[in-house]
Amino acid sequence: MDRREFIKHIGAATVASSVVLSACKSGDKETPIAKNVIDGQGEMTYRTNPNTGDKVSILGYGMMRLPVEAGGSARENPNSDIDQEMVNQQVDYALAHGINYFDTSPVYCKGLSEHATGIALARHPRNSYYIATKLSNFSPSTWSREASQAMFENSLKELQTDYIDYLLLHSIGGESKELNSTEMFNARYMDNGILDWLVEQKEAGRIRNLGFSYHGDVEIFDMLLRWHDEGRYHWDFVQIQMNYVDWNYAHVIEPENVNASYLYDELHRRGIPAVIMEPLLGGRLANQPDFIVKQMKEREPETPVARWAFRYAGTPEGILTVLSGMTYMEHLVQNVETYSPLRPITAEEDEFLMKVAEEFVELKTVPCTSCNYCMPCPYGLNIPVIFSYYNTSITEGKMPTGSREAKEYWEARKRFLIGYDRNVPSLRQANHCIGCKQCVSHCPQNINIPEELHRIDDYVEQLKRQ
Amino acid sequence: MLRKTRILLQVVTITLVTLLLLGIGFRVHLWAGWVAKIQFLPAFLALNFGVLAMVIFAALLFGRIYCSVVCPLGIMQDFFSWLGGKVKKNRFSYAKENKVLRYGFFAIFAIALIIGFAPLTTLFAPYSAYGRIVNSLFKPLYDLLNNWLASMDAANDRYNFTEVQIWTRSVTTFIVALLTLLILGFLAWKKGRAYCNSICPVGTFLSFFSRFSLLRVRFDKDKCKSCGMCEKNCKAQAIDFKNGTVDYSRCVVCGDCLDKCKFDALHYTAKRTVATTKPVDKERRAFLVGAALAGTSAALAQTEMKLDGGLAVIEDKKAPKRQTPVTPPGSVSARYMQRHCTACQLCVSSCPNNVLRPSTDLQHFMQPVMSFERGYCRPECTRCSEVCPAGAIKPISREEKTAIHVGHAVWVKDNCVVLTDGVSCGNCARHCPTGAIQMIDYEGHQVPAVDENKCIGCGACEHLCPARPFSAIYVEGNEMHHYH
Repeated sequence: MDRREFIKHIGAATVASSVVLSACKSGDKETPIAKNVIDGQGEMTYRTNPNTGDKVSILGYGMMRLPVEAGGSARENPNSDIDQEMVNQQVDYALAHGINYFDTSPVYCKGLSEHATGIALARHPRNSYYIATKLSNFSPSTWSREASQAMFENSLKELQTDYIDYLLLHSIGGESKELNSTEMFNARYMDNGILDWLVEQKEAGRIRNLGFSYHGDVEIFDMLLRWHDEGRYHWDFVQIQMNYVDWNYAHVIEPENVNASYLYDELHRRGIPAVIMEPLLGGRLANQPDFIVKQMKEREPETPVARWAFRYAGTPEGILTVLSGMTYMEHLVQNVETYSPLRPITAEEDEFLMKVAEEFVELKTVPCTSCNYCMPCPYGLNIPVIFSYYNTSITEGKMPTGSREAKEYWEARKRFLIGYDRNVPSLRQANHCIGCKQCVSHCPQNINIPEELHRIDDYVEQLKRQ
Repeated sequence: MLRKTRILLQVVTITLVTLLLLGIGFRVHLWAGWVAKIQFLPAFLALNFGVLAMVIFAALLFGRIYCSVVCPLGIMQDFFSWLGGKVKKNRFSYAKENKVLRYGFFAIFAIALIIGFAPLTTLFAPYSAYGRIVNSLFKPLYDLLNNWLASMDAANDRYNFTEVQIWTRSVTTFIVALLTLLILGFLAWKKGRAYCNSICPVGTFLSFFSRFSLLRVRFDKDKCKSCGMCEKNCKAQAIDFKNGTVDYSRCVVCGDCLDKCKFDALHYTAKRTVATTKPVDKERRAFLVGAALAGTSAALAQTEMKLDGGLAVIEDKKAPKRQTPVTPPGSVSARYMQRHCTACQLCVSSCPNNVLRPSTDLQHFMQPVMSFERGYCRPECTRCSEVCPAGAIKPISREEKTAIHVGHAVWVKDNCVVLTDGVSCGNCARHCPTGAIQMIDYEGHQVPAVDENKCIGCGACEHLCPARPFSAIYVEGNEMHHYH
């Protein structure tokens, strides 16, 4: 079960209640309606940006997983066009419920996210929202000064505006086969003088806040903050990955990664506001195994599992906004409820979530957030779907376990293998990974993708031969 | 009574055979597999003496009931004949036995069988003809239904049906099957059991025994009013009411005449009342099945589903030109296969990995060969050897399978992505179930090297090779399988 299904199931009651409730406020209320009484009883929580005084909603809208006409988001139906009508409707709802931060990029949704975001937002007064977009000059063809400038100018055009509220250097810390992380950073932002050019744009008022998003090599993160300390560049905000698992365990899951606690503390002590991405780890924290769900429900039976993660991400005071890529209206309704207002995580709850994180890490799932950056695989594999199927099978307890004598084992085995074929066409399954490693440098989570695919393939092969 | 029993048994047989040949899953080969194994020609080739003795004994006792209730092709013809009867009633008349055609053809068939000329034997073997019709014509339709059920299952989180690939395994076989259906359907519509009584080698063989059968349809001359209804409804055209005779070499004991006689003048009994007269030989219509062999080039559109975009396009694999065809483990050798297989397509239908398909090569016409564009011969699967009714693929265990070397892998340097794309690979070596492939250093690249002695020819390497459309490693058949 992925996040959207999760929301469908768990969130259905909440959604139904909120929608119905608003619809019959004036009418008779004969049937008692189930309603979560803890959250969603007030106004959206806002945080203040110390640089500009912007009052930013604690919930930011991530425009990376926009709905498409064939259903789902671009990751489910990569060939389908963005469902603009749905995007408009959801943006309207978001604005009406206090969300005022919209985060996009020139590369999201096969390059169409900015355009769709622009259409939706242009229908509202420009001063009623903040736009965040990025200089996503990943491919070498966009490293030249001209190409990078053109990318920025095009963002303005697509977003139908003449200034960007929050502009980010997109995903610093990455590296490739040829270049290490420093060389990569220099090639993208320094050698072409584009960082200085962006500072100029800020002075000219075309950019209101300049920051960066970080994945990968922590050296670059540290370097950029050192520049900030030295006064060489001023970072108005920084976007980091943070959630209750990555807080203490990012480094455990992938040794190359840095714990979110480090990243946040570094920013907080400098007074730099943090924008949070992956608060749900690509939906995986909404899709917890039964024994974790049970613990959460025993504390608060009516609180959706995902809400724990959102409350956690919004709690530290240095957080400016928490981004959520809300494909469905139901995500949106539930998240608005979560943050209206934010109910901060208590010290005792924090301890509970740290325990949950420990158990989550123990599951040994693949730390993939389905961001699709690794795609398309040149050999045709559907990498994120393979990982999510495998992860889901673990978290939903669908792996064949126990005695091979038992009938249940064989039932589970059959389900797992059939389900694998249903989720991933056979030509796109893990056994076709040749280990060329072309995907590895694209993964913001630093997953050794071929190694994980081979591990899954070995597991499947071993099951088939039984 | 006789007719009703016959129809009931026919329904049971045709249902089981068809389900088996459609490969419906649900372990069908376990509960319906026997119905293929009692078929005459497969049993003959498998030297299954028990079945042969039973069939011959039944012919001596009951006449050609085999042709009525066991042979699926006969049952299919009865269906078309019944349809024809709906349009035009009482349409048959006695015809003399066409001895030249019948015995001439039988002799040719027997010689073909002895010298092992497969194209002829497989073409006229009745069960195999039906097998091809189901496999080529009905299976795609069933697969469509199956895939629809599978999609419903998937939507409801059930696991009864799984999606299968729908593809034409051989255009030639498809055309042969279509022509067989059209010609036999037309003949049966017009002339009842004409094929069974003039061409079918099994029918002719059984006629040698049915002439002397104990139980048979006999006239009661005292009761017969010479209305001729029996003759007009005899689809074997074996009743001559004027002379009060029945040609028992052609009677398939369907019981239609008994039901049609209003005067109770016909009985299926052991009691002798009148003597039979020998039918006189005279020429009969020719059956141009040979025409089925002509014209093979009509292209059939592949019905495979389009894949999602946004992902890299995967080019379809093409089969390499193999010097020696690869035949499934258990089939001993191409030669053994050629002599034993009746090309019924049951193994082709049953192959869960889309490996088997009918050969288009004249020597092995429509007999199964292996190719690995859509899957490979998985180490845990012995399905074809379990279902084969003719013993052309001998039963083997999983353990035996991994010791049967049906072919050997050959590396094609020019296609290898390690050299063409400059990437690291090794997918063949990683998936070789016998560890026959090692990656070795070659001009600074890691390329596969095959230990021919360990390779069993399963095709894992060929199927999983990233080079497209032609794999950089492919399987060459072994003329005779190696056992070690």
